[in-house]
Amino acid sequence: MTKLAHFHGGLKLTAHTLSVPIIDSSLPEELIYPLLQRANHYAAPIIKLGERVLKGQMIATVNTPFAAPIHSASSGIVKAIEPRIIAHPSNLADDCIVIETDGLDAALASHSCFDYQQKSPEELRAKIHHAGIVGLGGATFPTATKLTTEQDIHTLIINGAECEPYISCDASLILQKAKEIVLGALILQYILQAKHCIIAIEENMPQAAQALKNAITHSIQLISVPAIYPTGGEKQLIQVLTGTKIPAKALPAEHGFICQNVGTAYAVYQAIIQGLPLTERIITLTGKGINQPQNIRTRIGTPIKHLIAQSGGYNKKVQRLIMGGSMMGIALSSDEIAVTKASNCLLALTGDELENKSTEMPCIRCGDCATVCPAELLPQQLYWYARSGQLEQCQDYQLFSCIECGCCDVVCPSHIPLVQQFRAAKGAIIIKEKQTAQANLAKIRFQNQQQRRAKEEQEQLAKAEKRKATIEKMKAASLAKKKSL
Amino acid sequence: MLLLCLVFVLLGLILGYAAQHLKVQGDPIVEQIDALLPQTQCGQCKYPGCKPYAQAIAQGTADINQCPPGGEQTIEALANLLGIEAKPLNTEFGAIKAPTAAFIVEQDCIGCVKCIPPCPVDAILGASKQMHTVIATECTGCELCIAPCPVDCIIMVPIANKPSEWQWSAQHD
Repeated sequence: MTKLAHFHGGLKLTAHTLSVPIIDSSLPEELIYPLLQRANHYAAPIIKLGERVLKGQMIATVNTPFAAPIHSASSGIVKAIEPRIIAHPSNLADDCIVIETDGLDAALASHSCFDYQQKSPEELRAKIHHAGIVGLGGATFPTATKLTTEQDIHTLIINGAECEPYISCDASLILQKAKEIVLGALILQYILQAKHCIIAIEENMPQAAQALKNAITHSIQLISVPAIYPTGGEKQLIQVLTGTKIPAKALPAEHGFICQNVGTAYAVYQAIIQGLPLTERIITLTGKGINQPQNIRTRIGTPIKHLIAQSGGYNKKVQRLIMGGSMMGIALSSDEIAVTKASNCLLALTGDELENKSTEMPCIRCGDCATVCPAELLPQQLYWYARSGQLEQCQDYQLFSCIECGCCDVVCPSHIPLVQQFRAAKGAIIIKEKQTAQANLAKIRFQNQQQRRAKEEQEQLAKAEKRKATIEKMKAASLAKKKSL
Repeated sequence: MLLLCLVFVLLGLILGYAAQHLKVQGDPIVEQIDALLPQTQCGQCKYPGCKPYAQAIAQGTADINQCPPGGEQTIEALANLLGIEAKPLNTEFGAIKAPTAAFIVEQDCIGCVKCIPPCPVDAILGASKQMHTVIATECTGCELCIAPCPVDCIIMVPIANKPSEWQWSAQHD
């Protein structure tokens, strides 16, 4: 057994793990696909209104490596491309493709391939891109782009450590599809030509560990890590497994590591071996506000209310609906919102589950926040700067290294919403940068216009003078002619 | 003594060179003021652009509260830079409005090109008897194209609040 390292800070949180098998969700009447993929990257629809689409058909494509194509998860008619509220912290509406399902679930023919080693890593990467696979841990970074690196990768890490206490979709997937995950990991290892491959799971998943042990081949190492939040974080996990600390602004790939979620490994297996695009994912539905907490395999694009109805509906005490976990999730304003590739968990929380947000008290400078911060920041110092709008100091104190894990919020004895402050400060900095860029653009264009106009004016003056000179010459010539006569 | 004289001559040469070749181009304080202005080039301050307004502030002929698009943020930044007290916006020059961009209602446009010269940032695209359009990402929302349009086909539309542009703000939920 390898000796494990620790990362700075972190918290032991009570797990709320579910131990029920995965059930399949039924077909919803509508499937909704937001065109906004990550940050500000949009996919472009390639279907027409009223067109019939099949399950697995690509309905939107991308022209950036920072987003992945979208596929329909069932057959039906493209009903609309219109703004709907999307799963986003802003709770704003944005353009979505809406498909009215026809209940036939007719699929495109898929081409299975059993011997992936016959293909070049480039071909496999292209297949992964066309299958629309993104990191299913929640960050939804396109997998094909992550696998395209010029660095020499020595270790591939398959991340099976759940990111948050309420979430159990990865554990349930391992229980059901251990063999497929291992095969997916082997494919990823082949693409990266990585020497080592580690599958990491948490200590409190003995059943999942057993399932993986049975499926594993000699070239893969299985390691159980202590369940300390946020071990599921990429850089934290690398540190625990190998002792290598990835600097704040560096990517793990620069140090020879690549992390992929177990769900992503399974999606890669489906794309390469079965020829299926990413149209489904497993989502944990839990919280005391829901009658039958469970893990559901659902079509991406399914409205949340459909899943809630399939899980026995809400009970009376429900107060808030959160997508993602209790630590980092986003509060949703409606249950008409659709499941996206990023949705790993839906939490219906009741009043007593919501943390005590009652009274925010002044900071007493106890320093507990700095003790638990896995990014080794000084949250208290950042808080003072963020509150007083000293954005430059915030940046000096590495505000952008904050992973918004929420550990500082949990331990703060004064119940200060620290992460909220940090997000706001980040937002203010981004807006300021954008405004400056816009102003500079306008300034340059204005200057260019002025220069151009000055030049035009000069040219016109020169032309007028030339004309004048010619006229004068002609006049003089005619005068001379008259005189000579 | 001779050595000292040589050193002086050398230093004199260096100073002379520095005065010639390292001369500061333009007025640094005007540049600093200009950098704080929103560069809308709208002329609401009664100067023909942000740079002339910056020059007027530097000379003391204009006040710092004449820029409606910059709003209170700009006034505060200017006050900080110049070491003077911030003051509320002088509403004689206009009111603070949410950011907008010009939009040409294409069915109504007659292609007269009258809106093209007033645009300070060349954000309007069009030719005689051809339909015109505004390049939305380059429009500063200065409204200078509104008045010259003979058919009133240019409208100002608020910049849509899209999730891709959205950022967290300090308001608690």
